[in-house]
Amino acid sequence: MKIVFFIAAWVAILCVALICVFLLANGLPAIGEIGPLNFLLGTKWKPGNDLYGIAPMIVGSVYVTAGAVLIGAPIGIITAVYMAQFAGVRLQKLLRSAVALMAGIPSVIYGFFGLVVLVPVLRNLFGTGKSVLTASILLGMMILPTIISLAESAIRAVPKSYYEGALALGASAERSAFFAVLPAAKSGILAAVVLGIGRAVGETMAVVMVAGNQEIIPNGLFSGVRTMTANIVLEMGYAAGLHKDALIATAAVLFVFILIINFLLSLLKGQEAQ
Amino acid sequence: MELETQRMDCLTLLLKMVMRLATSIAMLTVIYLVGYILVKGIPNLSLSLFVWEYNSDNVSLMPALINTVYLTTLSLLLAAPLGIFAAIYLAEYARRGNKTVQMIRLAAETLAGIPSIVYGLFGMIFFVVTLKWGYSLLAGGFTLAIMILPLIMRTAEEALISVPDAYREGAFALGAGRLRTVFKIVLPAAAPGILSGVILAVGRIAGETAALIFTAGTLAKVPQTPMDSARTLSVHMYTLSSEGLHMEAAYATAVVLIVLVAIINGLSTLAARKLTGGFHE
Amino acid sequence: MNKISIQNLNLFYGSFQALKSLSMDFQENEITALIGPSGCGKSTLLKSLNRMNDLVSSCKITGQVLLDNEDIYGTMNVNLLRKRVGMVFQKPNPFPMSIYDNIAFGPRTYGIRAKMRLDDIVEKALTSAAIWDETRDRLKKSALSLSGGQQQRLCLARALAVAPEVLLMDEPTSALDPISTLKIEELLNALKRDYTIIIVTHNMQQAARISDKTAFFLIDEMIEYGSADQIFSLPKDKRTEDYITGRFG
Repeated sequence: MKIVFFIAAWVAILCVALICVFLLANGLPAIGEIGPLNFLLGTKWKPGNDLYGIAPMIVGSVYVTAGAVLIGAPIGIITAVYMAQFAGVRLQKLLRSAVALMAGIPSVIYGFFGLVVLVPVLRNLFGTGKSVLTASILLGMMILPTIISLAESAIRAVPKSYYEGALALGASAERSAFFAVLPAAKSGILAAVVLGIGRAVGETMAVVMVAGNQEIIPNGLFSGVRTMTANIVLEMGYAAGLHKDALIATAAVLFVFILIINFLLSLLKGQEAQ
Repeated sequence: MELETQRMDCLTLLLKMVMRLATSIAMLTVIYLVGYILVKGIPNLSLSLFVWEYNSDNVSLMPALINTVYLTTLSLLLAAPLGIFAAIYLAEYARRGNKTVQMIRLAAETLAGIPSIVYGLFGMIFFVVTLKWGYSLLAGGFTLAIMILPLIMRTAEEALISVPDAYREGAFALGAGRLRTVFKIVLPAAAPGILSGVILAVGRIAGETAALIFTAGTLAKVPQTPMDSARTLSVHMYTLSSEGLHMEAAYATAVVLIVLVAIINGLSTLAARKLTGGFHE
Repeated sequence: MNKISIQNLNLFYGSFQALKSLSMDFQENEITALIGPSGCGKSTLLKSLNRMNDLVSSCKITGQVLLDNEDIYGTMNVNLLRKRVGMVFQKPNPFPMSIYDNIAFGPRTYGIRAKMRLDDIVEKALTSAAIWDETRDRLKKSALSLSGGQQQRLCLARALAVAPEVLLMDEPTSALDPISTLKIEELLNALKRDYTIIIVTHNMQQAARISDKTAFFLIDEMIEYGSADQIFSLPKDKRTEDYITGRFG
């Protein structure tokens, strides 16, 4: 039986290898054919004219992810401080189930909500409904539960003595929580934010529904935007030949982003363990 | 109380307000989102949404609901034994810190970080095109099985590790071998935790869209064979809202989807609580 | 008669030597108590008698442990060894299942499936552990619902159910109240007619009360080994005397 368990454990490695090989075997030749610089830095994505530059999508992903973090991280971290240090037991339970509910809501529902609520509101306010801003707000909402729950457990892991030590020096409860406890939970909170980034970069359906999806480098908050994930899901259905391989290459670039994020995450976890 | 207010400096006050504000925003977001969908959706729930046949006039969600069950079953049949066996290897057999174990953990973490659209793309090229399965329940099931594998592995391993060593020692001291110890003592003790992870995976499957559109496809019919295309509830939700023709039905479908996922996640939490309760009687 | 004979046993955890060239014998149908300060290798010795040390990957053993003149570190099947040499742990560790299933776990491991036979074994084991009267009406209840003392007697019954020849007990009463402790001690006295019992204890009075032979350990070696009467009234070694009179440890 041991050998059966061992083989089962190897399936995970096999799957990763299979996905890597498949992304690279299809993606690399395509990047070679298009030219690495043309592919990564090219600003024109026009499959009809055999132009495959994914710079707009890379920039798009970076923009909306940055926006999401700017919105989600402060709210999430501060909420986590409140939950870990100030909320009463019953309120804590309530907040925690709300966060769990939020984490469980499928992205297509977030997308739908963005489409029927955020888009009209932002269109009335700023003229354009589907934009970098809309996608950022929606993604910011979506990464909240990830950031809140991980940041909360990081804060909880800080020894009580930090908080009590600060209180004993005459600091208020709030000051103690923010200036003694929070810095001590730094690496855990960073890990929470990085995981949030990972989620935002990889999110597809919700973004597709509210971002506008124009294959241009956005020139402002209210410009439409297409992310790498959106690029794949929008064109996968009908792509063939070099076009299809260019989409796989897009996924490969996305995969590299995720690998970097995972690497950062494991660095932070190592730091936390110390 | 007097003293307390005297010590209340500006920064403290500011921090207090910022905290209240942030928590309110976070909570209002979820309340508004869920509330909005329930309020707009519940009035649109009608029996006609639950009839057997889908057509362009009546966008029944019944086929999608049944497909979701099929797809969940298929993915679990593939991923649950694999994930649990892998966890048994990691928790019960492998020596800590050994190279293979580190590699397996790294692989599982990498899998967990891969965006679902990349799974969808992989599933499409590998299962749909290369293996010539076409848009099918089977292709969707295999794709999702890979996607939920790391989740099941991790939760099962955590559940196994949380089983006290005293149980294992007790069984070994009676002369039970490792296999018997694992299956008769450790697995039953870890069952609630493992179950919690499996239910969590069911939630992931029910909510997944991006990995399914190009693997299981979007046909709104109950499949006759595993080789038929089948849209799940989430995919149904996506098609409805992107077509924009049946918004009332879309709201109602959203209600069903939210309630379904909330129930699934609630069950998972319940199971997890049973695990932590079990060892401290 | 010698039930277990240890010959020149050395035991290492990595580079740390826990037992140094130890040789000693354990007599059949006697209670032998192992005493000494914490960390002197008593528990380690106990675990090397049913090879529970195998679970520690850094553990290395040289020398011989003979059970009825057969080396347990030789070709002997480790599971069968553990059937013959039962163990009761410091903290009661009933499995999270019913009282009945706890006792039946061992016999089932050795292929006994017939309900009648299992019922019989369960009743006999619980009776010899003096807990049958308390549990006869609740055999299907979870073993975790028992009190600590009851749990420990259940674990004793569980060990007895596989009909062992030797019983190893690692401070079996250290987690129990005085009344439960007394019950276990009485039990051991009754059980030694059928079993060879080796017990690690930190409780001097306990060792004096129940053991036929006592061995005193310090750091990594055995200082003195003799009849309990002699050890506790006329210790030959100064260090033994210091320890049993409470001057250190």
